[in-house]
Amino acid sequence: MAQYGLFVNYKFCTGCHACEIACQQENNYDPETCGLEVRKIGPFPVGEKWQFDYFVSPTDYCTRCTERVEKGKLPSCVQHCQTGVIEIGPIEELKKKLTDDKMLLFTLR
Amino acid sequence: MAKPWTWEEDGYTIIRSHARTGPGCHNNCGVLMYLKDGKLEKIEGDPDNPYNQGRLCSRCLAYKEVLYNPERLKSPMLRVGERGENKWKPISWDEAYDFIEEKWRKIMDEYGPKALAFFQGTGRDVNGYTCRLPFALGSGNYTCGFLSGMACYAPRQLALALGVGNPTVVDSSQFFPDRFDNPNYKVPEYMIIWGTNPENSNPDGNLGYWIVEVMKRGTKVITIDPRVTWWAGRSEHFLQIRPGTDAALALGLANIIIQEGLYDKEFVDKWGYGFEDYAERCKEYPVEKVAEICGVDADDIIAVARAYANAERACIHSGLPFDQIQEGLHASIAVRNLFGLTGDIEKPGTQVIGKYPFGITQTWRSGWGFDLLSDEQKATRLGNPVFLGLTAMSEPTAITNAMLTGEPHPIKGVFMQTNNPIACMGADADKVYKALSNTELNVIVDLFMSPTAVAVGDIVLPASTFGERHGLVGHQPYFLGPLTQAVDPVGDTKSDQQILIDLGRRFNKEAYPWETDVEMYESLTAEQGIDYHDLKNQNWKYTDFEYNRHEKGLLRPDGEPGFDTASGLFEFTTSVLEMYGVDPLPFYKEPPESPVSTPELYEKYPLVLTTGTRVPGLFHSEHRNVPSLRRVHSDPITEIHTDVAKEHGIKDGDWIWIENHLGKCKQKAKLTNGIRRDVVSSAHGWWFPEKDALDGFHGVFESNINNLIGDNPGSTGFGNSYKASLCKIYKVEGGE
Repeated sequence: MAQYGLFVNYKFCTGCHACEIACQQENNYDPETCGLEVRKIGPFPVGEKWQFDYFVSPTDYCTRCTERVEKGKLPSCVQHCQTGVIEIGPIEELKKKLTDDKMLLFTLR
Repeated sequence: MAKPWTWEEDGYTIIRSHARTGPGCHNNCGVLMYLKDGKLEKIEGDPDNPYNQGRLCSRCLAYKEVLYNPERLKSPMLRVGERGENKWKPISWDEAYDFIEEKWRKIMDEYGPKALAFFQGTGRDVNGYTCRLPFALGSGNYTCGFLSGMACYAPRQLALALGVGNPTVVDSSQFFPDRFDNPNYKVPEYMIIWGTNPENSNPDGNLGYWIVEVMKRGTKVITIDPRVTWWAGRSEHFLQIRPGTDAALALGLANIIIQEGLYDKEFVDKWGYGFEDYAERCKEYPVEKVAEICGVDADDIIAVARAYANAERACIHSGLPFDQIQEGLHASIAVRNLFGLTGDIEKPGTQVIGKYPFGITQTWRSGWGFDLLSDEQKATRLGNPVFLGLTAMSEPTAITNAMLTGEPHPIKGVFMQTNNPIACMGADADKVYKALSNTELNVIVDLFMSPTAVAVGDIVLPASTFGERHGLVGHQPYFLGPLTQAVDPVGDTKSDQQILIDLGRRFNKEAYPWETDVEMYESLTAEQGIDYHDLKNQNWKYTDFEYNRHEKGLLRPDGEPGFDTASGLFEFTTSVLEMYGVDPLPFYKEPPESPVSTPELYEKYPLVLTTGTRVPGLFHSEHRNVPSLRRVHSDPITEIHTDVAKEHGIKDGDWIWIENHLGKCKQKAKLTNGIRRDVVSSAHGWWFPEKDALDGFHGVFESNINNLIGDNPGSTGFGNSYKASLCKIYKVEGGE
């Protein structure tokens, strides 16, 4: 079976939590349960600049929205991500996207 | 080609609509509502809709938790105990309307219609509709209740209306249905994100993510903010200014741009009005002085001025600090003039003018039906003469004062829609409570029994959310589209507009010839040659947008080139204000309480307090009762610099008192490096639905930052100092 992954271009993740609520709705999770979670780095100074980033990391509740994907739709977190920075797919495809700084790739369970 | 407004898919009935409120929001995202057996199962962003391109924010994604919330008001509620006892009796709409009609007629007979005050808050789409009800009854005392609006967007809008002719927006391609790919569109070279966090606030007719998309396409960002925002972490320049000093910085930037000859001479010569006087005024703001006022380095200010002025295409996304300062109107003029100074207006990727799409003003602008008032009735409006001359509203604080004192005339009845002032925007929360306690009848229209409704409501009418009603999108200049009802209203709720029509028809059928809200929308669209039902099938109708309209005679009613202002030009000197004897030029005034203006007070309260930071998921005082969103934001947060917190013995997560000479409240401390050391930033809008209504009206005064904010608008009646006052902080000790 192909290995799947979750890719985040976290240069542009604003930490808006839309992905979490989208996941909860799609998978009928309660408000405490989620297939991915927003995490924060900073703010702290790095030389003359500030680092202040968010990223998302998957949890074991991630279903990859396989039912949606089979119907030709994007996973709910991917579609609703306000800044379009999340992708879920086969790991070999996602590896090719690691072309810039502030990018992350998780292998999914 | 987009699909029709409804279809079947995988056992769902899908309804396509726009999420134009309630719950509260300032946007118009396209949604697909998935129904089974007439019940909403889920909601998604509409991938075909150009506005939000399939994306949705957390608030819409949690819509089901609002729609089917067990606490929703389901029928009109009549108070049966004393005010504040939270004893209610559900009644029918006929009983509710009979009750209100009888009381209003009695008040009008005894005191005249002027004794009835009508307030709209912010959030649901009543702006443009509410005003017709008071005007149909003969009362001119209609306004944004308790400074909502008047210290929040209205100053910026008015500054633009007077100087440019219409509001402007930063160009993120949103006028084009094909968006970023439109061949005429170019991203800004620089965008200044000034005192706003657009990805959190999604402010009026602007989605924050649009700006992220232009960043991805090459736009460089400059951030001006007392807090290190997410944008500050991505900025080429970051000015971490002292709260309340934005107008000084705007004038200082202009001075550098003028002195260094970096301004757009061609634009200023051809299209500018009153530039010489403006340039003289700017000389009063040399960079060293401005650097001292704002608490930032002069060299950094110069660098920002040069980057902005030298850019081929630049724009400024300016936020609340220009409204939420005492002289909000003049602060807003200060930033507006920067747009014209560099000629960054009406070109791709600059500041673009927005007009009511297809001429339907009711979707956005207040004042519909003002002509129903006689001159005598207009003369009973309360407020500062400049304010009354510039708007079709009364001045909020003048009404609040009349409620308390009976001067110049008493206010006996209040009607409020989408307004929860004790919890949210009302400066001096206790004053608001006392004012509303001093009336004979308070009619409140809302989704939930808000703390304000519990405290002072006499009759509470249940409003519908967007999925339960028809409507029109609004509050943006890009397109016209429908709200299409998807589900039966929960309980016996009605749309805000239907409630206005039902009440209006009891007093003035000529002003309200329609029996239903849909008939009203049919009529409003037909007046502009648009069929409401065609619009529903079309889903969205974009204007034929083009740039440089001032050169083409497309902005003025007379078809001449120029701007739709008194002079026909971009007014650096605001001629209308000159007529009113008001300073027509921008100026900076210290906040009424600050280290500079009140040094004695500053000794006792040595931190600058700024309030109202937006967070994703909460719209003002709403959404505290939505479980998935409350998980993300469980408590009212005050941000404190880590070093300052240590000096005070405060740890992250401690409950602290924030206190000044006006009052105090408690919030949870969040320690961060990302804020100026001399500033704390406190959340607004907090109440606790999980607490009993009888426990201080859901604890509405406990964490209420407006206990510390005075109700002192500026010299024109606009603005109030929410963004800059003084406070001290200390740890809450056990049991407090």
